[in-house]
Amino acid sequence: MRHLIDPLDFTLGETERLLELAQKIIREPEKYAHLCDGRILATLFYEPSTRTRLSFESAMMRLGGKVLGFASADNSSAAKGESVADTIRMISGYADIAAMRHFKEGAPLVASRYAKIPVINAGDGGHQHPTQTLTDLLTIRLKRGEINGVTIGLCGDLKFGRTVHSLIKSLVRYKGVKFLFISPEELPVPGYILKEVVEPSGHSYREVRTMEEVMPQLDILYMTRVQRERFFNEEDYVRLKDSFILTPEKLNLGKKDLAVMHPLPRVNEISPLVDADERAVYFEQARNGVYVRMALILCLLGLVPGILEEGE
Amino acid sequence: MLNIDSIENGIVIDHITAGRGMRVYELLELQKLDTCVAIIKNARSSKFGRKDIIKIEGVLNIDLDVLGFIDDNATVCTIRNGKLVEKKKPELPKKLVNIVSCKNPRCITSMEQVDQVFYLCDEKEHRYRCKYCEQEYKK
Repeated sequence: MRHLIDPLDFTLGETERLLELAQKIIREPEKYAHLCDGRILATLFYEPSTRTRLSFESAMMRLGGKVLGFASADNSSAAKGESVADTIRMISGYADIAAMRHFKEGAPLVASRYAKIPVINAGDGGHQHPTQTLTDLLTIRLKRGEINGVTIGLCGDLKFGRTVHSLIKSLVRYKGVKFLFISPEELPVPGYILKEVVEPSGHSYREVRTMEEVMPQLDILYMTRVQRERFFNEEDYVRLKDSFILTPEKLNLGKKDLAVMHPLPRVNEISPLVDADERAVYFEQARNGVYVRMALILCLLGLVPGILEEGE
Repeated sequence: MLNIDSIENGIVIDHITAGRGMRVYELLELQKLDTCVAIIKNARSSKFGRKDIIKIEGVLNIDLDVLGFIDDNATVCTIRNGKLVEKKKPELPKKLVNIVSCKNPRCITSMEQVDQVFYLCDEKEHRYRCKYCEQEYKK
C-alpha cells in the first residue's frame, strides 16, 4: 500500500505517469466517472481549507465515490484529545482512502504509519502540500507540453511558502530547469533549500529583488503572497509590498506564452486587472487540482494499474 | 593518580570529549549491563588536555551507532585477551531514534507519543533533520 506524504514519495516516473493520467481524465472524464463507485474518501481536515478540501471531495464525487469527514479539529474527536494514530485506525474501518490536513507538521506521516488505507497529505502546517505540487506540475505540463527546460520565476514570500519549497524539490528532478527567485531581502529562499536541493541538482538559479528585471525570460511566473505578519515592522512591509504585486504593466514585460500561476488564495499580490489576460492561469490551475486528485485517488486505490510501482 | 585495571575482554571508549562521558553512558544504556563498567572523567590527554574514558568489561557487542552523533572525537578500542585487536572511529549514524527530541513546537512530536526520529541530511557538517517536520536539530 502506498501513501502520498511528501511530493518526493513518488519517483519521477510515477509522477509523470500520474500527470499523464490526469490529462487523460481531462480529455475523457466520462471514462473515469464510475471507477470509484462504492468507495469512500475520508477528508480529515483538522484545519480549515476551502480549495483543498472541496477539490478532494469534488474529485472523489466525479469518480463516482462518496465522501465523509470533518472540516475542523473542533468538530472531530481531536477536541476530546484523541491521537492522530487512533483516529486513523478508526477511519481505516470507515473509508477506503483518507486525505488529511493538520496544523502539526508530520501528522499525516504519523497517520500513514498506523493506517490500513492509503493516506494523502493535504497540507501539514508550514511543511508539505504534495497535492498542490502535483497540481502545479500538471499546470506547467499543460501549458508547455513538458516540464523539462522550464524557466520559472518564483515570486513573493520564498522563505515561509511551503508550496514554493515543495515545488522546487520536485522541479529539480527535471532537466534544464532555470530558477529565478524573486523576493524581498527579508524573505529569501532558505539557505538549506539552496544548499541541499538546488545546488546539488546543478540547475542554474539567481536571486533577484524585482520582478521587472527577469520578467522577459520567464516561461512561468509563480506568484505567492507577501504576508504582513512576516515583517518585523509595518514600514518595511509598506515599502516592499508593491514590488511584489503583479500589475498589467509588469505583465506586459513578459513573453506572450508566459503562464502566471498562484496557489491561491490571492489577496492583493496579483491585480484583478491581470485576471482577464490569457496568461493568468491561476483559476485553471485550481481546476487542475481536481483532475490531479482524481488521478491520485485512482492510483492509490489501485484502480488504474501501472502508474505506481509496487511495494514501499 | 587514580588507577583502574586494564580489561581482558571488552571495549574501551577513549578520547570522549571531557564532560560527555555520562551522556555517552546513558545513551548507550550501559546502566543495563551487569558487567563491570568504569567511567573515568577528566583523565589527562596529551591531545585534548582532558578527556573522559569508559571501560566496559566482558561485553563486545554493544550497539555503538549513536556514539558518532554524541562525540565524533571518541575512539572505540576492542580488547581481546588483554590485547588491542581493533581501534576505530565511530561513524555518524544515518538515523537517530529517541536520542534527541524535536524542538519545533509545530511538529507532531510535540503532541503525539511517537518515536523521535532524525535522519542525517549532511554528513560533512553533521546535520540532522526531524523525520516528521524536517526541522534541523540544533544542539
